[in-house]
Amino acid sequence: MNPHPFAFLAMFAAVAVAFPLALLAVARLWFRLFQPGKPSEVKNAIYECGVPSTGDSWIQFKAHYYLYAILFLIFDVEVLFLLPFAAAFRALPAGAMLAMLAFILLLAEGLVWAWHRGHLEWK
Amino acid sequence: MSDAAPAPPVPTDAEREELRRHGILLTSMEELYNWGRSHSVWPLQFGLACCAIEMIAASMARFDIARFGSEVFRPSPRQADLLIVSGTVTKKMAPAVVRLWNQMPEPKYCIAMGACAISGGPFKQGYNVLKGIDRFVPVDIYIPGCPPRPEALLHGLMQLQEKIRGQSISGPDAPRHLQAGTTCDYPVPQFGEHDLVPTKNPAVWQPPVLVRKEGA
Repeated sequence: MNPHPFAFLAMFAAVAVAFPLALLAVARLWFRLFQPGKPSEVKNAIYECGVPSTGDSWIQFKAHYYLYAILFLIFDVEVLFLLPFAAAFRALPAGAMLAMLAFILLLAEGLVWAWHRGHLEWK
Repeated sequence: MSDAAPAPPVPTDAEREELRRHGILLTSMEELYNWGRSHSVWPLQFGLACCAIEMIAASMARFDIARFGSEVFRPSPRQADLLIVSGTVTKKMAPAVVRLWNQMPEPKYCIAMGACAISGGPFKQGYNVLKGIDRFVPVDIYIPGCPPRPEALLHGLMQLQEKIRGQSISGPDAPRHLQAGTTCDYPVPQFGEHDLVPTKNPAVWQPPVLVRKEGA
């Protein structure tokens, strides 16, 4: 009886699975016979520089700094828009002028609010 | 491992040489294994003092430790086979050295490079100098010199390779990690009030016994 024309695919798949499994089994056998694990507390230590680690790796990080980063954004964005604003100052129509002033007012308001709340003081 | 069946005849070196002349290479699993690992001894990237400069020189183009398969200086003890104690081990540094030695996987080897690592060298009388790393770590190869030249380190490495090739992977003279009941745990010394506690690892090192000659 002739084999199915696609039988070689099944054979390929079987070999492709069996070959790496056999290699892994040999490696595992070698490990069991000739590389017995010898774990210890010092050996399994997290740090590998010879110096024992101090304290816990799960420390609390002071998240206060993010407020400074956000407040810095006020100046960052302001500079970005104030420079073209200054360059086009003489040719601006009244509507654009009002919109720009409202924009600066919004940003300044945020800064004043943060200042008032004491966020600019490092605690 | 003891087999009930009689051991197969082992060809002598002369017979092997004779066969090799006729183009037949005899080997065993053990020999192949030892040959392979003796040519890929990866040292730990760990320098202590002036000897480390010679160690670096040995790894560079002029002396080229790569010829012996040991150019791969590993920055992590988990990947290293060889600890080259290259320089003075102060008592402050000794726990770190022993901790690194503990973190290396077996089979591992130690080379004491230079007078300081062997005995404390010129600083032996110093209150803060360990008088030889072999008090805490089993040393395989001692390389004398102050500092030893790179050629001396290469010679030490070749001696170590010879030692590795001579090891068997079973039987009573198997390496320590294959012996049943060994933990391969080397206690890390602590800083005591005056000295390291303990001052030595008695399983590894005992002070030499002074034997007086009769009638002297």
